[in-house]
Amino acid sequence: MNINLTLIGQMIAFAIFVWFCTKYVWPPISNALHVRQKKIADGLDAASRANRDLELAQEKANETLRESKEQAAEILEQAHKRSNQMVEEARDNARQEGERMIANARSEIDQEINRAKEELRAQVARLAIEGAERILESSIDEKKHRELVDKLATEL
Amino acid sequence: MAGNNPTSTEYIQHHLQNLTFGHHPENGWSIAHSATEAAEMGFWAIHLDTMGWSLAMGVLFIWLFRKVGKMATTGVPGKLQNAIEMVFEFVEGTVRDAFHAKNRLIAPIALTLFVWIFLMNTLKLLPVDLLPGLFAQLGVDYMKIVPTTDPNATLGMALGVFFLIIFYSLKVKGVGGFAKELSLTPFNHWLLIPFNLVMEIISLLVKPLSLGLRLFGNMFAGEVIFILIALLPFWISWTLNVPWAIFHILVITLQAFIFTVLTVVYLNAAHEHH
Repeated sequence: MNINLTLIGQMIAFAIFVWFCTKYVWPPISNALHVRQKKIADGLDAASRANRDLELAQEKANETLRESKEQAAEILEQAHKRSNQMVEEARDNARQEGERMIANARSEIDQEINRAKEELRAQVARLAIEGAERILESSIDEKKHRELVDKLATEL
Repeated sequence: MAGNNPTSTEYIQHHLQNLTFGHHPENGWSIAHSATEAAEMGFWAIHLDTMGWSLAMGVLFIWLFRKVGKMATTGVPGKLQNAIEMVFEFVEGTVRDAFHAKNRLIAPIALTLFVWIFLMNTLKLLPVDLLPGLFAQLGVDYMKIVPTTDPNATLGMALGVFFLIIFYSLKVKGVGGFAKELSLTPFNHWLLIPFNLVMEIISLLVKPLSLGLRLFGNMFAGEVIFILIALLPFWISWTLNVPWAIFHILVITLQAFIFTVLTVVYLNAAHEHH
């Protein structure tokens, strides 16, 4: 164990290795590490951002779903109302038609009755006149009698 | 092992001897064949094993991290990339906690020191006779494979750190500022300038010394224990060296970490204005 030239040799070796390390070893590793660090940080950032986006989208989807459900319910309700209305209208129409028909029938019946009454009256009048002619056997002023009978008939 | 049936002392000494190449007064430029020959070479010698293994570990570090850095994807990382990035982020976090000034060179220094020292320390977990035995077969007498058990290596790195401290102190504070800091702390009075100067210079010089000697001491002590355990009969040695090796997984990591953190702290202090 003598102190000798090895001391200086080691010093030179030290200097050379440090120079080499500074020049060729440190920069690429340091660079790679830092780039990767940034990449990972970016990745984490993007992941959290995506998560937030996903949450937002889900919220939006839920909102849309809720809205469409509401809309569907509204439409359904409207349709219901409309159908009810239509049924109601149809019923009304039917009733009105029925009433109208009944009224028609009634007026027709009335007309018939009136006509029958007229006819009856006329027949009664003619029969009365005939009967009277036969009874009297003489020609009376037909005109005068006719008036008489007509008057009688209207009173009938 | 060199000799036939070496004694325990010879075995230990053999394991603690570096493969030294230098200028011997008698044999000229050659590889030392003994500890005394290595000592006779004086300062102008080099430990081939320490240099070789530390360079190998440094190159392994650069190659591995460069490879990962080149194919580093910003997407999902593979297993190797994950492991490397874990080390990288650990060092980066340590530097961010301990270093408050702005200097882009500190983090790579810390990474280099941490991984390099860790890899050099890890060589200690190899069985003590494995690689020396292998090299002995190849005709290489001495092979001390853990560079951090050689004070040259640890003090070399510590001196590198020391020069960085001086450099940044001068760069950030200027010559005047640095001189002021050395002479006027801790006691801000002109009468106490010599006292301050002595204290501050000692504390400045102790920084690299403690840094290097701490690592060397821990690693060397652990290595000596491993060698001692290896002297035991093979059927009993595992009961000791397995727990010791497991314990040393902690020690080698901790020592690498301490060296790195202290370096960062010292350099941070060099950047701070008082």
